[in-house]
Amino acid sequence: MQINDILQKIKEKFPSLETVALPNALVIPQSSLFEVAGFLKNEMDFENCHCITAVDRKDKMEVVYHLYSTCNRLMLTLKTIVELNDLTVESLTPFWKSANWLEREVYDLFGIKFLNHPDLRRIMNPDDWTDFPLRKDFKRLDFIPRPQTMGLKG
Amino acid sequence: MNQEELIINMGPQHPSTHGVLYLELKLNGEIVLDCKPHLGYLHRSIEKIAENRTYTQFIPFTDRLDYLASMNNNLGYCLAVEKLLNVEVSPRAQYIRVITAELNRVASHLVAIGTFAQDLGAYATPLFYAFRDREKIVEIFDEICGSRLTYNYMRIGGLSGDMTAGMDKSIKDFIAYERKMLVEYNELLTYNAIFLARSKNIGILPKELALNYSVTGPNLRASGVKWDLRKDEPYLLYDKFNFEVPTGIVGDAWDRFKVRLEEIAQSLRIIEQALGALPEGNPISKVNRVFRGTGESYMRTENPRGELGFYIVAEGGFNPYRCKIRSPSFSNLAVLPELIKGLNVSDTVCVLGSLDIVMGEIDR
Repeated sequence: MQINDILQKIKEKFPSLETVALPNALVIPQSSLFEVAGFLKNEMDFENCHCITAVDRKDKMEVVYHLYSTCNRLMLTLKTIVELNDLTVESLTPFWKSANWLEREVYDLFGIKFLNHPDLRRIMNPDDWTDFPLRKDFKRLDFIPRPQTMGLKG
Repeated sequence: MNQEELIINMGPQHPSTHGVLYLELKLNGEIVLDCKPHLGYLHRSIEKIAENRTYTQFIPFTDRLDYLASMNNNLGYCLAVEKLLNVEVSPRAQYIRVITAELNRVASHLVAIGTFAQDLGAYATPLFYAFRDREKIVEIFDEICGSRLTYNYMRIGGLSGDMTAGMDKSIKDFIAYERKMLVEYNELLTYNAIFLARSKNIGILPKELALNYSVTGPNLRASGVKWDLRKDEPYLLYDKFNFEVPTGIVGDAWDRFKVRLEEIAQSLRIIEQALGALPEGNPISKVNRVFRGTGESYMRTENPRGELGFYIVAEGGFNPYRCKIRSPSFSNLAVLPELIKGLNVSDTVCVLGSLDIVMGEIDR
């Protein structure tokens, strides 16, 4: 089974869904992520939520899910675009318990809120911390980015 | 009977938490009712550092993730960047990578076994035996790359230098020595009555729970899932070697210990085969020190503790735009509260020791 077959199956199940297939990833709209993830878990045998992370693209954020299916030996990369004025995604903890800590980590470092998460607290930084360190606009007086070495400009 | 709940703080300064882990335990007498792990005492934000370093400059930082298996971390990161940039690696470099990574796996498992026995109260003897054997590997690494703990040996596209002449003899001597020692570990520990009483049927991790929590590595295999990336999705040269994937039956603490012990023997087999087939050539990297790329790659490798993943996003600059490290211990620790509910406090130490976590890669 390849990524195109998965896309075909998702299209059959959700005809109105607008998905974009990148060379190695699928982009799912924020609103229908929960249903698609449930379909992938329960009917497509993606029993392993390997990794959840986010990428700050400055004007928007991407939440990236790496799902793995042991019987099909297939790694699927799901992406959801989140706008800066609405940094919320539905939590996937009902399907994968591993999502619990991974989502807490994304919340801690990027400030993306996961709706219906059972225990959304900061996981690495102190609880009274207010910044989100992995955002590109993160600035603190004690964090000075390393100056570019000569010949490395651009 | 009057039941009173008591909350005790285990850690962050505690000899059995394998680093600075802080567990908030809710107890009824001696029985654990609930457990809340608190992380972050070793958080250095290595992912942020990666965004401010060039690809090559970040390699030493991967040593500081899982500091007991630096070679494997180097390997995972270099493979991820090579996948992103399509870099060729010479055959000799690939063989030396396999040899050093497997030697490091043996060293890491030895620490796991020694400290696990120490946690169960086998005071000093197994720990000293394990560290005595690990010392021989550390000396081999000292000879190969000049460092004892943080190796920084691999480079994108190869290695920092060739293996020193005569090293294959000392590695072969070590293999012969370690095989004898494995028999001794089995006699000393594996079927020891006290050891069995402390670890058998403690902290049982069922197969479905392990998969749902994304537990990987020896902890998953101890639950009876025959899954090893080296066998099932071979990277590097692992499809060329003969080796078995040991699995457990119940998934208790003893099974996790036994799987690690058996994996040492399999790693020794791989090293022996790789040494026998080691080709001539130049393993030193031919890639420029500074380069750039675009795209993204996700690469998983089988670390001693589980599947280490590097997700690298490149946007054309000299630095990675984003570098996410999916560390195996992070997911393995997440399952701990489920395992220790209803056990004694002393069994918490046993379960934690059998999961074999390293805080350096959990907090990053």
